[in-house]
Order: sequence, then C-alpha cells, then structure tokens
Amino acid sequence: MSRLSENSLFQLTLVRFLLLLREPEAIFWIFIFPILLAIGLGIAFRNRPPDVLQVAATTPQLTQALAADKGLTAATMDEAAGAHALATGNILLLAIQKPEGVAYEYDDTNPDARTARLLADRAIQIAAGRKEQVSVENQLVHEKGSRYIDFVVPGLLGMNLMGSAMWGLCFAVVEARQKKLLKRMVASPMPRWEYLASFLLSRMVMLAIEVVAFLGFARLVFGVPFRGSLWQLAFLCVLTSLSFCGLGVLVASRARTIEAASGLMNLVMLPMWILSGIFFSASRFPAVVQPLVRALPLTAAIDALRGNMLQGANLAQLAAQVAILLAWFAVPFAVSLRIFRWR
Amino acid sequence: MRKTYADVVAVDGLDLEVARGECFGLLGPNGAGKTTTIEMCEGLTAPDAGTVTVLGMNWRDDANELRQRIGIQLQETQFPDKLTVEETLRLFRSFYRRGISVDESIRTAQLEEKRSARIGGLSGGQKQRLAMACALVSDPELLFLDEPTTGLDPQARRHLWDLVDQLKQAGRTIILTTHYMEEAERLCDRVAIMDHGSIIALGTTSQLIATIGAEHIVEFAVTGHATPDGQVDAALLKAIPGIQSHRVDAGLHQLSVSELHTAVPRIFAVLAGQGLHLSELRTHSASLEDVFVGLTGRNLRDE
Repeated sequence: MSRLSENSLFQLTLVRFLLLLREPEAIFWIFIFPILLAIGLGIAFRNRPPDVLQVAATTPQLTQALAADKGLTAATMDEAAGAHALATGNILLLAIQKPEGVAYEYDDTNPDARTARLLADRAIQIAAGRKEQVSVENQLVHEKGSRYIDFVVPGLLGMNLMGSAMWGLCFAVVEARQKKLLKRMVASPMPRWEYLASFLLSRMVMLAIEVVAFLGFARLVFGVPFRGSLWQLAFLCVLTSLSFCGLGVLVASRARTIEAASGLMNLVMLPMWILSGIFFSASRFPAVVQPLVRALPLTAAIDALRGNMLQGANLAQLAAQVAILLAWFAVPFAVSLRIFRWR
Repeated sequence: MRKTYADVVAVDGLDLEVARGECFGLLGPNGAGKTTTIEMCEGLTAPDAGTVTVLGMNWRDDANELRQRIGIQLQETQFPDKLTVEETLRLFRSFYRRGISVDESIRTAQLEEKRSARIGGLSGGQKQRLAMACALVSDPELLFLDEPTTGLDPQARRHLWDLVDQLKQAGRTIILTTHYMEEAERLCDRVAIMDHGSIIALGTTSQLIATIGAEHIVEFAVTGHATPDGQVDAALLKAIPGIQSHRVDAGLHQLSVSELHTAVPRIFAVLAGQGLHLSELRTHSASLEDVFVGLTGRNLRDE
C-alpha cells in the first residue's frame, strides 16, 4: 500500500467519489440534464429569420399592394371570412376597402399585429404613390453573445452548480446519519473535519468534469462566447460550488431523514430558482425586493458568470458578487460546524 | 452511571467493572438499558452522572487515544450498499494509526469470497461479519459488540459465535450486549443481567444459575379439577423434597428442582392424588432465562 492510500482524507474522498459514480441517477442529473436543457432552450430560442406576417384584404388590388412588402404575405377574403380568420389568429390584420379609404382591423395589444399595421400601411401608401422623404439604409447585426442562448448558459451553469453541490452533499450526509453510518464513523478516530472536507474535495473533482463538459458543449454547439479570463471563470465556478456546499452542509446539519432534508432543500432552493435570474434577468423584479434578490448566492453566482463570460469582466469588477459568495460559504459552514448532528 | 432521556430513565445507578481479557455480557430484554450502557462506555453518549474509565483513561481527556484502542460494532449500522467489502475496510483502516492489514481482517471475518462484492449483495450474517471486521482492523485491545447476532438465522449466529470465540482465545477483552441467553451462556465469562436500567444479577453463568438453588426446571400443565377454584394445590408440590420454587405462567407450572430423578415420581403422585391428568411435561437444565424469570417474573423475550 502506498502512503496516500493509507491517508484517511484520501480514503474518505475516494469513497465519496466511488459512491457518486455508482449512482446512475446522479450522473444523469449532473451531466446529462443541463445539456438536454441547453439543447431544448437552444432550439426553442434559436435565431430565426424575421417572421413573415400573415395579413388579408377585401379586394385583389389591396392584396397585391400588401404582397409587395417582403415582410407580409397577403390573401383576399370577404369581411366575414376575414373577421373569422382574425379571431382564430390565422391573420394578424384585415385591410378593408371602404368608399372613403382603407380601414385596418387588428389587435393593438399584440406586438406582431402592430408591426403588421405599420408594414401594411406603408405598402398601401407606396402603392398609392407615396415617396420616402428621407433616404434610409438598414445595417443588420446578429452578434454572438447577445442571443438568448448566450444569456441562459451562465444561468444554467449557476443552477447546475447549486443543484449538484446541495443535493449531492445533503443527501449523502443525511443518508449516512439515517443509516447510523455517521455514528459508526464518529466512534472511530476519524477526524470530523476530514469527513466534511472529503465532500468539498470530491465536489471539486466532479466540478471540473461537469463544468468542462457543459461549457464545452455550449461552446461547440452554440458558439457561446468566453470573453473573460478562463482562470477567473474557473475560480468563480469553484467559489460558487463552495458556497453551495456551505449551504448544503447547513441544510444537512440537523435533518434526521431524507424526507425532512428534501423539504428543507426545496425551501432553500425554490426562491433562488424563481428570483435569481436563471432564465430571465433578475432586474425584472421590483426595486423593493432587489436588495434581497441580489444577496442570494445564486443571483451573485449567475451575475458573476454572465459578467465574466458575456462582458469579459474581471474579478475586480465582480468584487461584490465574489464577496457575497464568500459570505455564503463561510457563514453557513461555520454555523453548521457548531450545530452538526453527528449521530 | 446514570442516563435519562426526556422523562425516561435509561440507565439508573449502574456500577460495574470488567477485567482485562474477560468476555463480559450484558443480558436483558429490549429496553433494559444495555445499548445506553455500552454507548456510554464507547464514548458515544455522555452519562448524566457518574464516570466511565476505559483502559485506565476517561472520555473527557483521552477521547482520541481511546478511539484508537477500542473496536466497536454498533447495532444497526448500515454500510453503503454500493461499496465493496474491501473498500469499506480500507476506509476504516485508514482511520487508525496501527492495526492489522485489510487482508487479515477479511480473513479473520471469513469474507475472502466476498472481498470484491458490493455490500448490498451480502447476507445479514455477512454484513454483521463485515461490521466485526471494521471493529477489528485496528487490532483493538477492547472490543464492544452491541447485539452482534440480533436478526440473524441460527446458522449465521453460530458462525458469528465461532468468530467471537477465536477473538477470546486471542486474549482480547470483549464486552457484548444480547437478549439471547444462549449467546450469553455460550460466549461470556461473566454476565450482568439488566432490567429497567439497573443490574439485577451479576456473576459467572454457573454462579447465576446456582442462585436459583436448583439445576433443573420441570414444566407441566394439567387437565381436571383439584381444588374448587380449579387450582393445583401448590403447598403439596412445594412440600416435595428437592423442589425449590413453584410458579404458574399462563396455565404452565414451573418448578425448580434439585434432584430430578426423585422429585418427578413424587410430582406425578401429588397430581394423581388430586385427580389431575398431565397434558404436558418438560424438563430442562436451568438456564440464565430461568434466572431472569425467577428475578423478574417475566420472560426475556417479552417486549
């Protein structure tokens, strides 16, 4: 036997690692699920060419005028058929020929219908002989880094770091307590800090694999940008994972059963799933709750990851988020060391 | 020592001493306070009052040193199903400064064939032997076994007894708890019988059995009516020379008898004289069970 394999911290970490690898469900949730989610979101929010809007008119002349615009497809129908098509959402706008001019029938609360109104009116006015007063030119911008997928990948990364740290740690601790294994280990001379440290160490190893797999996928398939330093990104991932480990130990420190722990976990994580801006910006919440939202570890983590990946911010610019994450690591960990139930 | 949980007194003024090299048994029914007692000795539970001295040290000052030198097998420890026997033992071995090799502990517990098997696939007896192996990897001077054979089938139990026998032979001090009197009789040099948190009898198996004052127990049941209230006349039975005591439990009469060959014909005579017919008759050598029944009026297995 080599010296390393006789070391208790090494053995504890090895056992953690073996147990995780032998749990197929854990592998799915940690490695496969975030990638599937990214694929799903990538497909749903992929960048499509601008939509062509469906409109209709009551006379063939109007229809021809409308069809001349590239952004519209037009059909001819009478007023009754048009009203039905509007109601069922088949067309966005109906242009009706009236003796004194043209009337547009559309829903002004629907943004697409408002666009259709602008395009249809322009097409009909041009057909009637209107000339543009100012000459204009369009310059189209489709830049990587400003798409929804670019926004959501750091969010998913943060969510995954939270989930894997908290579920992995909390369940393993509570299961060991429930099965009286914890009591058996405490009856041996095992240093107690090593037991908790083994969770952090095995987490760091898993973290490396899980982050590289997920971000590598996002890079290769979606071309998500990495504008900040990769070392600083790695540091942010480690820090995020540590702070959720701290929170996980705290949740696990007293619970005697898996059921009790699950309830507590959901109680802790649910607000963050909703408030921390995984899928949409957290700044959409009212100003009153912003201090609370900003203080959550997942908000800080996601803001920092987005700052690094999308804006290329360095650690000095992310100091506030880093401080919040450090506090969420240190305080729960210190508290749980005091209140941890070892048997 | 004394220990109270909420309003339940688990251990009430217990005082005992175990000598080096001895195999000592705590025998008693469930809830007698055996586990609380052994866990106070193991340093897992602090007594409310009193002191525990183990290997000349105490848990307050020398906890780490003590944990290095004792081996512990707890009731109902479940090792992770997905680890193998060898991995589990390697883990436990790493906690101790000195001890035997993992291979040696596997050999001692006779788990060679299961070395690379996952714990989830082991039988109850094999799991229990693994728990013993975990207690033995540190080559401890003192071994605590808490109900080592509870829940095992008779064959697995005998297998474990052989293992404990070997450990005794090697001169280790062993303290075990059990609610099986056969186990205490078979394994222990001295036995303390516990009930309601205190020791009600203490001594070698033969000393304890001698307190009954008779080596044999006769049990019988009768049909027919003797006295108007349907009872056997106990005074007549007790008058038979060699009969030490008489009690009735659910229609079954129990007599402790010192001279079986002369007493039994006289018992027949007494019953026949009262017009009673024997429907059941058994005799056995007096055991620790009878000691417990004699002291408490209850059976060991009664919950």
